[in-house]
Parts: sequence; C-alpha cells; structure tokens
Amino acid sequence: MTDKVYGKEKWIQGLEGLKNDYKIYVPVKDGDFHAFMPMSEGKAPDFDYDNTRMSPKAVMYPESERLFEYSLDDADPEANILKESPKDFSPRAIVGIRPCDAHGFQIVNRNFDNPEYRDPWWVRRFGSTTLVGLGCNRPCSTCFCTAVGGGPFHEEWLDALMVDLGDRYLVKGLTDKGEGFLAKMTGGTPADEGAYKEAEALAEEASQKIVSSPPTDRLKDQKTTDLFNAPFWEEVAFGCLNCGTCTYLCPTCWCFDIQDEVFGKQGDRIRNWDSCMFPLFTLHGSGHNPRDQKFQRVRQRFMHKLKYYVDKYENGVQCSGCGRCVRYCPVNIDIRDICERMNNFESA
Amino acid sequence: MENPYVPYPVRIDRIITETEDRNLKTFRFVFLNPEDEAKFAYTPGQFAELSVAGKGEIPIGIASSPTEKGFVSFTVNKVGLVTTYLHNMKEGDVMGIRGPLGNWYPWDEMEGKNVVIVGGGFAFTTLRSSIVYMLEPENRPRFKDITVVYGARTPGMLLYKDELAAWEQRDDIHMHITVDGTDDPDWKYNVGFVPAIAEQKITSADNAIAIVCGPPIMIRFTQPVLEKLGFPPERIILSLEMRMKCGIGMCGRCNIGDKYVCKDGPVFSLAQLKQMPPEY
Repeated sequence: MTDKVYGKEKWIQGLEGLKNDYKIYVPVKDGDFHAFMPMSEGKAPDFDYDNTRMSPKAVMYPESERLFEYSLDDADPEANILKESPKDFSPRAIVGIRPCDAHGFQIVNRNFDNPEYRDPWWVRRFGSTTLVGLGCNRPCSTCFCTAVGGGPFHEEWLDALMVDLGDRYLVKGLTDKGEGFLAKMTGGTPADEGAYKEAEALAEEASQKIVSSPPTDRLKDQKTTDLFNAPFWEEVAFGCLNCGTCTYLCPTCWCFDIQDEVFGKQGDRIRNWDSCMFPLFTLHGSGHNPRDQKFQRVRQRFMHKLKYYVDKYENGVQCSGCGRCVRYCPVNIDIRDICERMNNFESA
Repeated sequence: MENPYVPYPVRIDRIITETEDRNLKTFRFVFLNPEDEAKFAYTPGQFAELSVAGKGEIPIGIASSPTEKGFVSFTVNKVGLVTTYLHNMKEGDVMGIRGPLGNWYPWDEMEGKNVVIVGGGFAFTTLRSSIVYMLEPENRPRFKDITVVYGARTPGMLLYKDELAAWEQRDDIHMHITVDGTDDPDWKYNVGFVPAIAEQKITSADNAIAIVCGPPIMIRFTQPVLEKLGFPPERIILSLEMRMKCGIGMCGRCNIGDKYVCKDGPVFSLAQLKQMPPEY
C-alpha cells in the first residue's frame, strides 16, 4: 500500500516532479469554467472545482484527430496510399478526474475495444493513461452517479483516488498503474487512521447530497419496440434544438465521422466527433434518411443510452450520471426525467 | 495490433459501364500487394469500404464471387461525392479497399435447400456474387433448385447483361428476368414489376429460402408475395443499406435498435427485422 497524505502544495510540487514521466492533465480555471489541460501549459491546477464543462473524453479520444496521411502527387510512387499518422502514446495521467468521468471512459472502452475489433488509437491511449481521481465533496444538484452504478467517491474505474481533506489530500493507490504513479511522487507521509476516517465521513456526506435517482431497474425488461413506439417522444423532443451540446459534452458519447481533407498535394484522413442529433449523421447517398425528423434523433439518443446499450452490453446504462447534459441543455431536457419515463413505461 | 481502418491498396484493373444511363459502373480491382488477396477472404453478401484518397470511403457490396480469383469487383451507383469521383477515375489508378465487412447470406442454412433470389435494380450486386458462387461446379450440388427473379426499370438498366443471357441458357438455374416496361420489340423476357413476376414464377416455399435485395418499394411488395407462398419470416433474408463510416460497429450511425447494419448485418432475416425498430 502506498496510500499517503500530502499537503496541498506538496502534492502539486510532486506532480510537477513527474513531468518527465507523464504528460499530466489537470483541471484549470478557464474563463468561467474549468477544463482539463496539460500541466505543462503554465496554468495552475485548481482542484477546488465542481466539474469541468467538457468531459475529459478528448484526452483519450480527441475531437478531431488525423488518422492517415497520403500524397496526391502523381510523381510520388506512393501516391494515394494511406500511411498511419504518427502519434504520441507515451504515458499520461489525468489527475483530479471525477469518478463519473472515469466511469465514462470505461463505458466508451466497451465500444472501442471489443472481441471483434479493437480501435488501435483508443486502445493504446486508454492503456497508457493513469486516472487519478478526486472524490466529490460537494456534488451538484444535477449529479446522479449513484443511480447508475457509481458514487462521488467510487473507486472502481480509477487507478488512484485523491480525497480533499481541507488542508491536505489523502491519496489511495487502487491499481498497479496507480501505485506506479504514486511510487514516483515525492513527498507525502503514510496515511494515518484519522485521514481514512475523515475521508469516510466526507464520502458519506457527499452521497447523501445526491438526491436525484432516476430508476433504471426495468429498462432491461422493457420491449425495445414498445419503448421505440412510446407516445412521449414527440413531447420529449418538442423543445430540442438539435444543437448537439449534450452529445459533445457527454463523457460516454463515442460517435464519430471520418473525413478526408486535402491541402495542395497532401491529404489527411481525419476522425471527428459526430452527433446523432444532426440529420447528416444518417443521410444516405440516395437522399433517404432513416432519422430525418428531430424526434427520431432525440429518441435515438435516449434509446441508445438507456435501452440499446443496456441490451447489448448487459452492464448498466450508457450514462455516468455526470449531469452535464442536464446542466447545459439550452431547453432543459433532462435525461433523468426521460430515464424515469422509459423505465416506468407501461405499454397499452 | 491489427488496424481495421487501413485499406488494402488496389489498382483499378477494369471499368465496365453497366447501364444505359451510365450511372452504374463495375470496378474490378487488383491488389497491389498480392498477399492481400488472401487476407481479403470474403463470403457472398459481405461488403467493403472503397477508399479514395482525398475523397473518403463508401460502403459497397462485393459483386464478385470468392470463386473468382485474382480480383475483386464492385458495382457502384453514381450518387454522391466519392462515387462521382470514382466514376471519373481510370483503369490503372490506385485506391484502397477495406474489408471484407459485415455478415453474409446464411450459406450453411441454405445448403440442401431450394434457393429463391429476388432482386431489383442496382441492388443485384451481392446477388450476382451469390449466383456465381452457387453455380461454381464444386458448389452447385450443395443447393437444390435455384430460381432468380431479377428486374430493372428498362432493359438498358439491367446489370451484368451478358451473364444474365448466359444463365438463361443453363438448365441448372431458373432465370426470370423482367423490366417494368419497354418499347423494345426484341425484348424476349418478362414485362412487369418484380413482385408480380415473383408471384407468377415462384411456385413453392417448400424447403426453400428466399433472398431479397432491392429498393424499399420492391421489398415492401415482395414480402407479402413470399409470405402468401408460405415462406416463414425466418426464411426470408434481406440485405440492408445504411450510411456508414467505420464499417466495424464503432462510429455509431448505422444502428437499427441495438444492431449495427455494418457488423451485425447487412444481412438480416425478416424474423430478426420484426423484432427491431422499423428505422431503416
């Protein structure tokens, strides 16, 4: 066990000492919000935060990423042949990630690393990233991690967990990866009984602060076609602007597009995040579109997260309860309400 | 780790303009690295992503049969950015193919059965692959009667005209070619919509399995004909189309319920489709 207690300054100094071993991402204040940024970019980490506006998804799965490059110069004997773009898979750590966002990575991993196909870029980044979590002492009103298998101090998907004890952090190693990270850190004193007790009390207090708990127990048993034909989708979708904010901020949305871009005689094949909220997402070459209406796209988003995923992976819902989509939806569509309606739906 | 996004480099070996409107061309590809051909081992019904550097990728059914060696071919309808560009490419040009992708027609289940094929328009490509595959001498005994109903709008819009004519001459396959209409006095085959011709020509569902591939309107009207003949939904097989990007079940757009058309399909039985949301 390498559990230790660090004074807050010492912890940050320790992280700075790891710069040669890891590329370290930390929450920093960025305008009115927080965002995960590499420590090397000069901004001071701010661990006294609720959560970042954007999930840390992009650290492992960038919004836009070059996959291949190629020459379009006919004089080049290798013209038109794709070559994999070089990438950096050296060790990284996300320090201060919330347990819900670590859960998000676990969910996305099921899509990108499965028995049939492995997405090589995701798999290597996921494998080389250490997740050092930070327990949530003050969950937000939009949080519902406890309803989807997690909790404000949930350790399952983390490599290490920090607990903010006011003037110091208790830091627990949870996996070999996490222990390896902590072993390289300087400073800290072995964790004492008192620190554990304080942490336990904080965890208890935090989970009591989470008041919304949408039920998910009946989703598995609901018939897909019944939910699909449920009468509430038009109403649910009524206010939706199809802006895609929910899918962009979501730590568990993984959909992407692949596009080619050409610059003179050089071209790139690029992967970009995409969104089921956009009609182009499913538009056929023929002009046919199976989800050309807004309510169909809204239905797809919720059916995917709360029914299709549930059936496919038999491992809960495709939601980590972070509440970002609830907080930032411009028309106040609330996944918790929809989850409850889907779960409690009785077909006629 | 194998990277499933990397296309095999290929050279366009031959381009055949199939239809009178010149919107359908068959592209025959040869692998630049001969060892890639064995890696691209496919089964009729599967598709691949055709990859054009600078333009992108398109999911297209494989029109050649695995019994045809030395090349792989695809028939492409000119509809969008990539297909339009591809239609202007020349023999000798280099591009890529990525696959094979998706599932295939239920060959194990079809063995020992009468096979009924119903196709319409340019969706005949993987059906062509299937027919060539079944007619291969070493495969033919594995199947009983083979009946094909294939239609297009006009005689000039039929794909693979030379092969159709050759199959007409054979006695180990029952061909029923039809067109929606024609003023050609020399037209010697049927005139009528595919579902109507299917109703006339398909006589029995006994020990038979039907593969249906065509435009949605044809599928909609063929389905009741087959059901009336006594085909249970488990023995009506359809191949679906969907917008795709990755082709390996990751990019998220081609789902119908919890199934991805690219990975769990494109071939589904009607029985399966009846359990899925009607969103295709």
